[in-house]
Amino acid sequence: MGQVVLKGINKFYESVHAVKDVNLQIRDKEFVVFVGPSGCGKTTTLRMIAGLEAISSGDISIDGNVINALAPMDRDIAMVFQNYALYPHMSVYDNMAFGLKMRKFEKPEIDKRVREAADILGIGELLKRKPRQLSGGQRQRVALGRAIVRHPRVFLFDEPLSNLDAKLRVQMRVELKKLHLRLGTTAIYVTHDQVEAMTLGDRVVVMKDGVVQQVGEPLELYNQPANKFVAGFIGSPAMNFATVTVTEANGSLIAENSGLRIKLPDETAQRLRGHVGREVTLGVRPEDLTVADTADLDHPCFDAVIEVVEQLGSEILLDMKVGEGVMVASIEPTARVKVRDKLRVAMRPSRLHVFDAKTEAAI
Amino acid sequence: MIEGAIWRKWVFFYVPMALFLLFLLFPFYWMVITSVRPDGELYRPWNSINYNPFWTWKPTLDHVRYLFEETLFASWLWNTTFIALASTAISLVCGVFAGYALSRLNFPFAGSLGTGIFITYLVPQTLLFIPLAEIIRNYRLGDTPWSLILTYPTFLIPFCTWLMMGYFKAVPKELEECARIDGASRWQAMLYIVIPVAIPGILSAGIFAFTLSWNEFIYALVFLSSPEQKTVPVGVTSELIRGDVFFWGPLMAGALLGSIPVAIAYSLFVEHYVAGLTGSVKG
Amino acid sequence: MAIAETQVYLPQAPRPRLRLLEDERWLAFVLLVPTLVLLGMFIAYPFVRGILLSVSSARVGVPGDFVGLANFYKIFNDGIFRTSAYNTFVYTGVTTVFKLALGLWLAMLLNRNFRGKAFTRAFILLPFIIPTVLSTFAWKWMFDPTFSVLNWLLYHLGLITSRINWLGDPDLAMISIIIVNIWRGVPFFAISLLAGLQTISPELNEAAAIDGAKPWQRFWHVTWPLLLPVTMVVVLFSVIQTFADFQIVYVMTGGGPANATHLFATYAYQIGIGTGILSEGAAIALAMFPILFLVVIIQLLYIRRVEVR
Repeated sequence: MGQVVLKGINKFYESVHAVKDVNLQIRDKEFVVFVGPSGCGKTTTLRMIAGLEAISSGDISIDGNVINALAPMDRDIAMVFQNYALYPHMSVYDNMAFGLKMRKFEKPEIDKRVREAADILGIGELLKRKPRQLSGGQRQRVALGRAIVRHPRVFLFDEPLSNLDAKLRVQMRVELKKLHLRLGTTAIYVTHDQVEAMTLGDRVVVMKDGVVQQVGEPLELYNQPANKFVAGFIGSPAMNFATVTVTEANGSLIAENSGLRIKLPDETAQRLRGHVGREVTLGVRPEDLTVADTADLDHPCFDAVIEVVEQLGSEILLDMKVGEGVMVASIEPTARVKVRDKLRVAMRPSRLHVFDAKTEAAI
Repeated sequence: MIEGAIWRKWVFFYVPMALFLLFLLFPFYWMVITSVRPDGELYRPWNSINYNPFWTWKPTLDHVRYLFEETLFASWLWNTTFIALASTAISLVCGVFAGYALSRLNFPFAGSLGTGIFITYLVPQTLLFIPLAEIIRNYRLGDTPWSLILTYPTFLIPFCTWLMMGYFKAVPKELEECARIDGASRWQAMLYIVIPVAIPGILSAGIFAFTLSWNEFIYALVFLSSPEQKTVPVGVTSELIRGDVFFWGPLMAGALLGSIPVAIAYSLFVEHYVAGLTGSVKG
Repeated sequence: MAIAETQVYLPQAPRPRLRLLEDERWLAFVLLVPTLVLLGMFIAYPFVRGILLSVSSARVGVPGDFVGLANFYKIFNDGIFRTSAYNTFVYTGVTTVFKLALGLWLAMLLNRNFRGKAFTRAFILLPFIIPTVLSTFAWKWMFDPTFSVLNWLLYHLGLITSRINWLGDPDLAMISIIIVNIWRGVPFFAISLLAGLQTISPELNEAAAIDGAKPWQRFWHVTWPLLLPVTMVVVLFSVIQTFADFQIVYVMTGGGPANATHLFATYAYQIGIGTGILSEGAAIALAMFPILFLVVIIQLLYIRRVEVR
């Protein structure tokens, strides 16, 4: 079992309020990812779950037992660190066996578990080596192995992939996912990389400045971001934003600023009825922008000038000047465009996001 | 090196280097040659003819024999070894623990305690030897090895602590955290993870402390009085001189033999010693 | 779970002693106790005792009475004490300058690549690691009035015609002592400064050379400023050690001839232990304290400044 409940968790470092009133229920076997920019409180939250940081107020419980006062050694959790934290003076085998020895497991049982874990991770050949003789990817596996042998109630991961090179990172990401499916142990994973968050998490917790912004399944965050921060953080390239004023003309709503004048689609317009005459932030993802052709005539459109063309092979990213602002569009790789072209760009009407200009909450 | 003529290399490198080596090592050569030279050759006036001071054709071990047969030199060697090892051991344990606490734990007054220990590191022995002599007498430790085993740590612990703090700071804190999550208590994490990782530092501190206590003079001079209790430096100073008469042969032999244990310890751990030396002055 | 649970982890009964040590403050306390006890007993307490002694009239075996600052008044009017104070400052100043200059020079020589470098470095430290008293005896033998090898050398080089009584003349004795101290201290300076030099990236000097700086300019504008923090610390350490030095003078001259070469420490020994006037000896030793304190303060401030940067 591994059900983790955070109730009203706060953390103060002297006068800094690092984590603000976090409430979260993590189900058994769930893979939950905390994501956010550095300093958002995600790692602190993880460390409080681990028992490495004291909780200023609130309760953390695992399987119904409040563990606030328990030392890390008594929490029955395992953690994988960003720098792997392999014990440099011990062989791979001893690294993996350490936790079991500390818990006074019998020798044959330790041996069985270490070999089992080594098999799962494909590091059976490395057991006699010292950490410094291993490559980055191998170290990563040993760190995972050290967590696995323990059969803990919860795995904690603190940016475990960020020290790997890009290619290996993608590979290990997939392996982590497989491993979780195989072991089914509850996992709490911290990362600043939204791609990792989206691909690994059953649910994703987005944090900023110590406050949970939104908790949800990856697609939920992508499709219905709760606020402008989540909208901008999830998805790559990031969502385009434009501050516009909503006006009413001939019964339909118009969003406009210095370089933009868009007739809002009905569905969006309905949400904005109450905002006529006020400023809102309009958001649209690059992948929801297209070069307008005749088929899109009824879509909201605007004029843009291409400033940079980034050919990625699978897509083309256009950096465009739109009035005073800048927008990025992701378009078909076959499109023929070049710098300084003037374009008419269409938005997919159902994919338009609007946020309150002041509170930044989604409308 | 981008250098021109070969003479430049001689003038700016070989000659100065050779002079330095001559200056720094000649006394040891002199020590060695004197300790094997027969008395007949030793005491010839400096301006007598046919006097070849730098070599002898009749090497002798008489002086060494004299040392071991006529003096308590063997006891002095043993005393010095025992005292140096015991005080080094005590200092290492204290220094490692204190260094760990000061560099890796958060507790009130950590900063001022660290400063305090650093200040004691700078207190020279000569400042306190007189009141210490009185205290040693009051504790009835006078003329026993314990008077030194307990007082040497006063200058060794601050040094060990200071050095170990540097080494401990370099151990990633995640190692310890991981151990604690793995089921180790703080104490066990320190014992099984942090201290083993800092072994090079402990070796440096140990070898340095050993040489320092082997070399210590004034406490040993003041606290010990009976000849059989003395350490090598004090024994050589006080027992090989009768009034104004210096027994130079045995004196130099004693100096040589008294230096050999430190020299051996040093040669085995040169790198650690140098690391300790440079670590000790790092701010 | 795919891996069968063969042995379930059961929380063991808490071990109360270890649990107490889970609190950082308790653990720190326990770890610091042995150190604090030893330093308290043999540094802090003697320091207080020393101050009390210095304002008493204690002698060996006689507790003595409180006499106020009489001892200090007495020593400040004591010609030998004044000479000792003067000697100590000269000794510290002259040796420090020479040790720094020679040490820096040697460090620069050692910082090159040449065959046998590790070996040379190891040998150069010998004067520093060999017990000072023992190596000082070698020097005393070299300075011996009758059998001096130095005299022999100078005579055969044609520099002198009659013997030099190195340790018999106050000025020459002081010079001899200074030479021995320099001899012993140069290795420490050289090796410490070498460590400092090795942290300076050679690219900096190469860049300066490309910018057209001459060797001397490169030293002055690149190497020296970068070496300054290490130099400061080494000098301050050395000043403290030299200022409070005892062994070299004790062996070389014992403070003679005619008490002309005493330092604070040797004079304190002569009065406090030699003649048994503990109170006065303690006062002489404590006379070093203000200067030592000043140097320590400078060092602390300097280290703090370096850390802040």
